[in-house]
Amino acid sequence: MLGEGILKGLAETAKNFAGSYVSKERLTTVQYPEERAEHIEASRVFPFLVYDGPDAFAGMRCVSCQICEKECPPKCIYIEKSKDKKPDYVGKPQNYPVRFDIDISVCMSCQICVEVCPFDAIKMDSVFEMATDNRFGGLLLDREKLLKSNEYYHSIHPTEATEVDGRLAEEKAKVEAKAKAAAEAAAAKAAAEAAAPKTAAPAAAPAAKPDAPKPTGGAE
Amino acid sequence: MTLSAAEFGARQHAGGKALPEGRMVIDPESGGDLLEVSMGPHHPSTHGVFRMDVALDGERIVRLKPVFGYLHRNHEKLGEEHSYLASMPYTDRLDYICSLTNNWAYALAVEKLVGQEVPERAEYLRLIVGELTRMQNHILSVGFLIQDMGASGTPLMYGFREREKILDLFEALTGSRMMCNYMRFGGCRVDATPEWLDGVRKVVAGMPAFADEFERLLCTNEILMARTQGVGVLRPELAVSAGVTGPALRASGVNYDIRKVDRYGIYDRFDFKVPLGEHGDVYDRFMIRLLELRQSIRILEQALKDVPGGPVMDPKAKIRNFRPKPGEAYGRIEAPKGELGFYLISDGTGNPYRYRVRPPSFVNLTVLEDMCLGYSVADVVLILGSIDIVLGEVDR
Repeated sequence: MLGEGILKGLAETAKNFAGSYVSKERLTTVQYPEERAEHIEASRVFPFLVYDGPDAFAGMRCVSCQICEKECPPKCIYIEKSKDKKPDYVGKPQNYPVRFDIDISVCMSCQICVEVCPFDAIKMDSVFEMATDNRFGGLLLDREKLLKSNEYYHSIHPTEATEVDGRLAEEKAKVEAKAKAAAEAAAAKAAAEAAAPKTAAPAAAPAAKPDAPKPTGGAE
Repeated sequence: MTLSAAEFGARQHAGGKALPEGRMVIDPESGGDLLEVSMGPHHPSTHGVFRMDVALDGERIVRLKPVFGYLHRNHEKLGEEHSYLASMPYTDRLDYICSLTNNWAYALAVEKLVGQEVPERAEYLRLIVGELTRMQNHILSVGFLIQDMGASGTPLMYGFREREKILDLFEALTGSRMMCNYMRFGGCRVDATPEWLDGVRKVVAGMPAFADEFERLLCTNEILMARTQGVGVLRPELAVSAGVTGPALRASGVNYDIRKVDRYGIYDRFDFKVPLGEHGDVYDRFMIRLLELRQSIRILEQALKDVPGGPVMDPKAKIRNFRPKPGEAYGRIEAPKGELGFYLISDGTGNPYRYRVRPPSFVNLTVLEDMCLGYSVADVVLILGSIDIVLGEVDR
């Protein structure tokens, strides 16, 4: 019969229409500004810089090695290296970025900066409501806007952040153990030379840190 | 002002500067007056920014010149300027509907260039995301074809509803819905969790019901059959000689699927059929996509049975300072739209010396005029929709 196929199709749409009143599965639209879709842990938008502890400047993980600037495909990162140094998370003096700008009107959220960063300093944010009426200044994020705490990182990517924390703690423990061993060796040597045993145990002296190993990767 | 057909062609070729809309030209073959109409450039949300200069004899198409390049982004030159890794996110933007298969083809080409092995689990993940991409592309292309036909909304929105589930899976795995940037030379960027695999199983289990629904909704619809059957016929000889690949070629009855021919990845382990058309018309191209959707479900059901454990990235693979030895390689896969290939020449530095993309929809577009000649203006829209082009990869 001519028209049978059309009727069959209409039956299908009728089923969907009626179903939308009873079945939750068919109500797929999320009324965005009022409702929000569930946050997906892996989702990424634009990069941000992670800092540890309460002070953003002191805890800044970035050592301004400029690898991300070099590897960024659309070249949206601009870094100015500091002349002086500040201690990093293991206490080793490192450079820091005086300026760290990301032009998010150019950034394409590819995550390559995160992948190449040997210091776990740059991570992907998940804030997407960044509309601004200023096309140039409003979309150029500077260091102060980019710096976000490790707690914030934990709140958006918990699994990944825990993994990173574990890795950094391991690294720190390794560095500390090595420093301690070196200090102990130095103290033992000194003790042997003096041939006069001292009562005080040679604790991990922070001053005697001959050659602290480079953190993973290291700047080039 | 009137122009002869030869002059018309010369003007078209000379500067690409088309005549103003609605100008009359005389075709010596028919002897009558021809009306030149400029169709497009369409809005990017339809098929991309694409224009056709059509010469009409009444309703009948006498000549058709595709005009493209509005979305040209210098992709190949950028590939030569950037490191091998930095080109990976740009491949997402070729065919922006199927970014994961673009990643796969590029990764395959680079892996061929350096002789890189891929771990077993990464191969499985690649196949799973690749077939999910094929499914969502076919759902979308059928939806847009029906949309072009005038059924505004309903079938496309049903398609979007299912595609959304697949995109959510992509976001959960790769972090992004469309610009996934997932594969790396020697594996995949992140590992899939068991929950993610369960999510895929759930979506795949719901897919046959959707395919049934879609078929009941569309396949026997008399209006659709009247509009599509016998329209835009592509002869197999022409399709083969023009280098057409993918569903458009198989709809003409040519059995050529790179998944079967090259058996790249781990496709040789799975049992699936290659659906073939008979007539090569718009209806066949539409049906082939629905049938391929079912085959993709079949492949995924087999692949999801046992995904092996292990690393997803070859530990010896290099991410930074990646410098292949001098040489050349061509890696190709069966992308949802046809053969997608990347040709790379390395001169030993960090950037490729030559970076060339063989995009399927660009090559499939070359037969557009042959398919449209003699049909009416309304059919042109359908025929264009049935080739399934994405201008991101046509213009690059």
